[in-house]
Amino acid sequence: MLDFVIESVIKVVVVFAVLMLFVAYTTWIERKVLGRIQVRHGPNRVGPFGLLQPIADGLKGFFKEDIIPSNTDRLLYALAPALSIIPALLVVAVIPFGDQFTLFGRTITMRITDINVGLLYILGLAGLGEYGVMLGGWASNNRYGLLGSLRTAAQMISYELALGITLISVIMVSGSLSLVEIVEAQAGLWNVFKPILWVPFILYIICGLAEINRTPFDMPEAESELACGFNIEYSSMKFAMFFMAEYAHAISLAALITCLFLGGWNLPFVATPGFLKLPVFLAKVFALVFFFVWERGTFPRLRYDQIMRFGWKVLMPIALANIVVVGLYYTVIA
Amino acid sequence: MIPVKSRRIGFFGTPLPLLKGLLFTLSRLFTKPVTYQYPEQKRQPADRWRGLHRLKTTDAGQLKCVACGLCEAVCPANVITVEAKETPDGRRFPNRFVVEVTRCIFCGYCQEACPKDAIELTTNYEFCGYTREEFHMTRDVLARN
Ligand code: SF4
Ligand code: SF4
Repeated sequence: MLDFVIESVIKVVVVFAVLMLFVAYTTWIERKVLGRIQVRHGPNRVGPFGLLQPIADGLKGFFKEDIIPSNTDRLLYALAPALSIIPALLVVAVIPFGDQFTLFGRTITMRITDINVGLLYILGLAGLGEYGVMLGGWASNNRYGLLGSLRTAAQMISYELALGITLISVIMVSGSLSLVEIVEAQAGLWNVFKPILWVPFILYIICGLAEINRTPFDMPEAESELACGFNIEYSSMKFAMFFMAEYAHAISLAALITCLFLGGWNLPFVATPGFLKLPVFLAKVFALVFFFVWERGTFPRLRYDQIMRFGWKVLMPIALANIVVVGLYYTVIA
Repeated sequence: MIPVKSRRIGFFGTPLPLLKGLLFTLSRLFTKPVTYQYPEQKRQPADRWRGLHRLKTTDAGQLKCVACGLCEAVCPANVITVEAKETPDGRRFPNRFVVEVTRCIFCGYCQEACPKDAIELTTNYEFCGYTREEFHMTRDVLARN
């Protein structure tokens, strides 16, 4: 029992530290790649290639004044940043990022836990994650903030439905809700390469982008209309926490897509040697993170009514039809 | 709500431009950034660039300006102040010559108007300061520029 507790605590600390490091450097990747897409340099002053920039930004965040505007709902105002970052971090608890290895005679699995309803847990957390943004905008007693959070609420409800429905087809094919089993079922053939399953893959990426509020669905913080939206009244580390949450969400979404569709730690078509599993997983995650940045540098923000129409009139029907088609195909034909 | 008519390009026509856009941005990723890395790498302004004024001097080191006040009169922004004085041998010179460069529009009229070719706009675009007074460029500052 005790050694289980110790092992878990160590794993949690290590995963948390590494995740925070990735979050910091995702901001660097984002700024650098966006810069290069716009034929600029991006950060290049702090350290070689601007590599120390995230650390400088973090330090700056700590030294800024923490402003609490008058007439805010103080409790919710302080709670909202934490509420938005915690679910993003909790998702990582069920992500299997590698198989297992032996250290000092102990078999250590490369995941914090493997619960048999992993996917339900993730869906639940995804719903929870939006409360941070919604409450943050509401509690700061600002029109732009309120508008931003209203939009978040509407967007979340619309896209979360399609997201959940899309997942069902993956669950049907893998026959399990546990992420580890889903990944193991993809050894040899990733889910994207299975017949029809590229449809839910694309759907999931689109809904996921809406879920984590990234461009082209970054309605809650549409800079040009809402002057940053929900986080307009936040400063200092509270503001930074919203941003960390955003990038943590991006990373966990990338990890999820990797597990669900891109075969987790599996190389395509060949068996993966044990030591390669973690690097393969991370490579896939960062390829997806790069894609998120890349599409942000490409696509303009959709208008609010377009987002709504797209969500309900295009994504929902496709997602529903997808369940039927995948179900029929895998029971009748395969 | 007024429904906005959108140009239909068909269900399968929609993703194509999106992919094209992605390809385009990807190709940008591999081009060389055009940014000037300012303090290390300075932009060479054109020869006719109109920057900070210079009061020219003769080879003997005397100001060419005779304080006629034409530049003061022509300046559309009214930023030049000239106060004339005479040397014992009867030569006029500007005792005080101030250009408030914060209000100057760098039109170059002063340079055009000067009968003695005593003032010109240089290509110097790097002047800054913390107070307004630092931008009241005086005779000696302008002569050294
Ligand atoms: S450049 Fe034009 S505005 Fe500036 S001092 Fe000369 S005449 Fe006046
Ligand atoms: S700079 Fe030229 S125009 Fe102006 S006062 Fe001197 S001589 Fe006259």
